[in-house]
Amino acid sequence: MTTPSETPRPGPRPAKETFAAAGEDVDVVAISPVQEEGMLRDDALADPFGPGIEAKAKELAARYPQSRSALLPMLHLVQSVQGYVSQEGIAFCAHQLDLSEAEVSAVATFYTMYKRKPCGEHLVSVCTNTLCAALGGDAIYKRLQEHLGEDGKPLGHEETAGTPGEPGSITIEHAECLAACDLGPVLQVNYEYYDNQTPEQAVELVDALRRGEKPAPSRGAPLSDFKSVELQLAGFFPEDDEAFRIDVDGPSQAVETLRGAQLAAERGWTAPAMADDVPLPEVEAK
Amino acid sequence: MSADPITPVLTKRWLSPQSWRLSTYEKLEGYTALRKALKGTPEQLVQLVKDSGLRGRGGAGFPAGVKWSFMPPNEDKPHYLVINADEGEPGTCKDIPLMMADPHSLIEGCVIASYAMRSHHCFIYVRGEALHPIRRLNAAVREAKQAGYLGTDILGSGFDLEITVHAGAGAYICGEETALLDSLEGRRGQPRLKPPFPAAAGLYAAPTTVNNVETIASVPYIVNGGADWFRQMGREKSPGPKIFSISGHVERPGQYEAPLGTTLRELLELCGGMKDGIPLKFWTPGGSSTPLFTAEHLDVPLDFEGAAEAGSMLGTTAVQVFNETVSVPWAVMKWTQFYEHESCGKCTPCREGTYWLAQILERMVEGHGTEEDIDTLLDVCDNILGRSFCALGDGAVSPITSGIKYFRDEFLALCESNKRELVGAQA
Repeated sequence: MTTPSETPRPGPRPAKETFAAAGEDVDVVAISPVQEEGMLRDDALADPFGPGIEAKAKELAARYPQSRSALLPMLHLVQSVQGYVSQEGIAFCAHQLDLSEAEVSAVATFYTMYKRKPCGEHLVSVCTNTLCAALGGDAIYKRLQEHLGEDGKPLGHEETAGTPGEPGSITIEHAECLAACDLGPVLQVNYEYYDNQTPEQAVELVDALRRGEKPAPSRGAPLSDFKSVELQLAGFFPEDDEAFRIDVDGPSQAVETLRGAQLAAERGWTAPAMADDVPLPEVEAK
Repeated sequence: MSADPITPVLTKRWLSPQSWRLSTYEKLEGYTALRKALKGTPEQLVQLVKDSGLRGRGGAGFPAGVKWSFMPPNEDKPHYLVINADEGEPGTCKDIPLMMADPHSLIEGCVIASYAMRSHHCFIYVRGEALHPIRRLNAAVREAKQAGYLGTDILGSGFDLEITVHAGAGAYICGEETALLDSLEGRRGQPRLKPPFPAAAGLYAAPTTVNNVETIASVPYIVNGGADWFRQMGREKSPGPKIFSISGHVERPGQYEAPLGTTLRELLELCGGMKDGIPLKFWTPGGSSTPLFTAEHLDVPLDFEGAAEAGSMLGTTAVQVFNETVSVPWAVMKWTQFYEHESCGKCTPCREGTYWLAQILERMVEGHGTEEDIDTLLDVCDNILGRSFCALGDGAVSPITSGIKYFRDEFLALCESNKRELVGAQA
């Protein structure tokens, strides 16, 4: 007969307790799909998030009528510190929002942008959805896999060339539609757009990244790194307007984007003219 | 009712240098509609949007004014306006350029719509991969706040509004409005059962309206121009201009804002025809979830009624054009792999169905399919369509059923080599 388990209390839990349900005779690490050293451990989790990050987390929670809404931004925040969502990151969010680690894990594993393994300095995402693929996206991805692989073994989805976190390290992934279909095939580096790519251009791009260069994107801010953009995705931008402007004013006016408006301007086509002072419709006030 | 082939309304400012800045926006009639709207009543604005016939630009085409009118007139609970900027439907690429080029038009639309629906907190849920639009929106919110277009007592009207720009984290399903709300509440993005509809119990179980970016960005123009002006473009039941995103094998892909009801033949003329003259084979009128069209459908008016009558849907007017060099079963396989990856797993037909559909299609494309596989595909589709929790499942079967409908021979050809030969029949 088994004894009924205790109802879990909300809040963070050391790993020992979280995995206790498996029983003494089960080697949890052996059966876990996550085999990396240090992913599961019995000691209390270290807190790599200093007071600065904690203050940001509190600020996020206060931005929403209900604090749990801050969970997605907060997962971006922990990713901006560690380059992935670690078990410590999950515990941190759980603690901040008074949730259980299981609740936070459930969310973190649902979304593609939360990485469960340390990422490289740069994340290269190649669109391989149908339209980009037909225009050459599949060829670009395959070429990058081969180019960044070692010993004849192509680099896999969400795998990293180089040591994660080190300068010049690159994680690649095949992405779903990146909503730039008129500019396909596209890829993103740290979510900045590189439009109308060829396999050769993509190889040149990653080689430059490995050399520590930061080639300018077709559309987006001057290239930084994965961790820095995760901080922006968490909702933190430079306080100083001038500093913020450098990112905001990064290019966006691609030829393709403007084509319709441009053609209309050339041909003198316009929407019908608006009459002056059109009144709002009369309705009975309630 | 004849308008020019291209009618730039939403896209008009895009040509201006630094069109995303407040100073540019104000020079080009920016925030004049807000001043006008705040002098009217919420009821007048709801009536105006109803009169204009503006239909949701996110794919479903529900009349926006009618949706707004579902919001309760009292304020027993806080009201929320949520902007769906989770653009991710394959082929769709209109909201991201709009938010980059003219973020203030969306912000102005948000203030007017919030005022009309008595909301004091508006959320813009942008897909995470759209980082540059997120920056532009945040910068626009900052500028608008400093200029008094946002915050407390907007332009002395007594109306207060806060806008929060919220980044998603990579999940197509969050484009479904109730999944979006769950995601915005900090949960896995999985659709909710309706009813209750968001207007009754949406974000935090409070009255909520979820609208697409292009829908809300249209509002300031309707306020300034009036319903009759808006109806001079498009067709009676589908009025207004619409951003057609043309991609794929055409000479000049791009964003073309034309009246609803424009045909692909007309659009191809605008974008220079098929690339290198290679003939058209198939196309989507509004993203991969809308059943495929072929060269037979060049003259279908692309509005909500026209596309539906011809057996597809208008969707997001994401026109993906494929020429004769592309294999239909391969394209369908790629789309199906997408739906398999993005199925949220909440309901069985979609979760299991997309998984098996992808396997069968992969097998066929590799040359190991049989004729029975085609029937199996259609059978599985039949068990997903109308039986899934949300429209993702319905969308997933669209490319397959329409692909087989128009290009069955191509699927059969893949199975040809696997026909079992009868003993003795070879001589």
